[in-house]
Amino acid sequence: MSDTPSATIPITLPKDLAAAMGRVNVQINGQWHHFPKATRMIEACRQVQVAVPHYCYHPKLTPSGNCRMCLVQIGMPPRPAPGQQPQRDALGYEPITWSPRAVIACANTVSENMGICTTSELVESCQAGVMEFLLINHPLDCPICDQAGECRLQENALGHGRGVSRFVDRKVKKPKNVTIGPRVRLDDERCILCSRCIRFMDEVAGEPVLGFTQRGTHTTLSVHPGRLLDSNYSLNTVDLCPVGALTASDFRFHMRVWFLKETPTIDVNCGTGTNITVWTRENTIHRITPRRNNDVNSDWMPDSHRLNFHYIDSSSRLTDPLAKAGNHHRQATWAEALQIIAPQLKAIAAPAIAIIASGRMTNEELFLTRLLAQQLGTPHLALVPRFAAPDALLIAADRNPNTTGAKLVLQSADPYAGLDAIRSAVRAGTIKALLVFGEDLISDAGFATADLTKLEFLLQTHLLANPTADAAHLVLPAAAFTEKRGSMVNLTGRLQRLNRATALPGQARDDWEILRDLTHVFTGAAAAPAQIDEVFAQLAATIPAFAGLSLATISPAGIPLLDTGHSIPLLDTERARTAAGRING
Amino acid sequence: MAVIKLQRPKLGPGEAIYLTALAKGFFLTLSHAVKSLLGKSMGAKDLASSGLGVTMQYPEQTWDDHLPEYYRGAPALVTDEQGRERCVSCQLCEFICPPKAIRIIPAEIPSDDPWAKVEKRPAAFDIDMLRCIYCGMCEEVCPEQAIFLRKDYVITGLNRKEMVHHKDKLYQIGGVRTGLVNKWNELK
Repeated sequence: MSDTPSATIPITLPKDLAAAMGRVNVQINGQWHHFPKATRMIEACRQVQVAVPHYCYHPKLTPSGNCRMCLVQIGMPPRPAPGQQPQRDALGYEPITWSPRAVIACANTVSENMGICTTSELVESCQAGVMEFLLINHPLDCPICDQAGECRLQENALGHGRGVSRFVDRKVKKPKNVTIGPRVRLDDERCILCSRCIRFMDEVAGEPVLGFTQRGTHTTLSVHPGRLLDSNYSLNTVDLCPVGALTASDFRFHMRVWFLKETPTIDVNCGTGTNITVWTRENTIHRITPRRNNDVNSDWMPDSHRLNFHYIDSSSRLTDPLAKAGNHHRQATWAEALQIIAPQLKAIAAPAIAIIASGRMTNEELFLTRLLAQQLGTPHLALVPRFAAPDALLIAADRNPNTTGAKLVLQSADPYAGLDAIRSAVRAGTIKALLVFGEDLISDAGFATADLTKLEFLLQTHLLANPTADAAHLVLPAAAFTEKRGSMVNLTGRLQRLNRATALPGQARDDWEILRDLTHVFTGAAAAPAQIDEVFAQLAATIPAFAGLSLATISPAGIPLLDTGHSIPLLDTERARTAAGRING
Repeated sequence: MAVIKLQRPKLGPGEAIYLTALAKGFFLTLSHAVKSLLGKSMGAKDLASSGLGVTMQYPEQTWDDHLPEYYRGAPALVTDEQGRERCVSCQLCEFICPPKAIRIIPAEIPSDDPWAKVEKRPAAFDIDMLRCIYCGMCEEVCPEQAIFLRKDYVITGLNRKEMVHHKDKLYQIGGVRTGLVNKWNELK
């Protein structure tokens, strides 16, 4: 048996409880907490809801410690003289001797019995001093700056600044409105040199094209000579920029951010299912930004996905049901359109009817499609595959967002398998009626116009005018992904929910309502269910993987439903960097 | 919230019978009647066109010259002595406007414009005068001294569309305003 006191005295003091867990005790603003060893001070403060103003620090980037805004006062216990026992209070903590100088919280880590103070007079004067230096050359153009309203410099100037400038000299002039890439504009005068964009392009995007040139007060952010900021992840630098130095050409001067409503939803451009926020004002989408989810997309998203929303408001949007009359289409009401369908399909034998659905449909829509196929009695149901080269970060090879969901809901190992058979059967004339949901057969599924003219009945639901619609006997206007509520399962097997950000244009209807009405056309029964939540409940009762779930309880971060073994390259890199202690993650 | 009990003033016997107050009132009315018969009522010179000179013959006659300095009429946009439209479409007035009468569509100033460095100006600026309540918050919030409440109060139209003041109409009402802070000039 050991004779050290710690082995015999039971652990009762709070400080020893923390030590037993391998954590360190830290006093933050007078309150004692414990954190894992090597936690950065700024992260420790964040975990206990103590705000530390900062610009350059970002949990997904290596700390550079150059903005100096996160200065805090620290203190350590006094070093005992040889032979002297440290003094301890009733809880076992040693008294703290405060350092007369502040340190940056982003690049320093916590240690045992450390004190951190974020509200002392010293800290406040440091913050006011840093703010004054940052504002010396900052232009006073908040009225025209796109960042106004979500600008860290504005917020911190209000919280920690002096309110008036003492600077009497002329401000340093730097380049303004520089096009540094196809999607990003740079205003160097607004830049506070935090280097977040430089570190992002270097560490995450892997294209280190940005850097600082010149020295001292003339330091300028610029792009490498002969290069452009043209990475497919360049717009993340705009999100990162704490001020209005980097702005997105697509969103620049469109709308002030305080008018915009934020709707959390998910991206549908590839199987990753990037978590996004849709920013709308009065039914107009103004921008899409990534939303943090450390199991899907970290903090980032590709530009190609982010900017792919302008079609939703475009003039080619379908707003009314269109019925073929001779060589052209005429506008019809929904009642008329639905009446056309039943006699057409009843005249055709069930095996001669095929359904082509989309991997962009939600689980609920796919479930109703399956019910429709059962009702019609047709065995022909296939989805249109959409594969392209993946990138090394977030974009998956499978550009359909809900392939995993389709496999589960349709209970098929490969929901795309039947498409070739349907296409050749249409060519051979054995399939006489085709119901197409959300897909353009001519552009995406390898059909020719001549194939479609052979059909006796072609119904298409789509949101945009397209070549297939020209050949269709009936075109039904459907919903875009920002207009839907529903669930999808991404490639890693995470169940996520789409939320409705905008209302449907004209007479367009939500896809699940169209499918529901189609199943009732034949029976003449009243349209039920009335809510998509009920469709999900039916789905959960039918498909074992969804058992016990409901649409409303899917959290904003999603629910891991199954393990598909798919991994997202960007997350693998990020986890490795976190494990190596380079970032907080 | 604290409850404050108010003590009603005690009335003397003269006040309680109120006949003196009544007599005072009659005397005041009578004095105005005599004044107007003698042509000495307030503003008689301006209203002299008809009768006793106590009724304003609107709209032939208006009270415009007597409007106080602080009068709040139609909001309008102004240009400055350099001919620059001062509004940079920051949309703060649109945000503050209590009845949501203002709608702005911002636009970028093309690079060949002499004021290209200002970068932003309104492509459209509409004020719905049916909604406007003449509160003056837009003038107060404007960081660019671009919108002012003028003394115009005759805002008429035959339909709702005519009651919306578009950008050109707003500049027409506002005109040129001098002596404002020119923060966009060369010296920043």
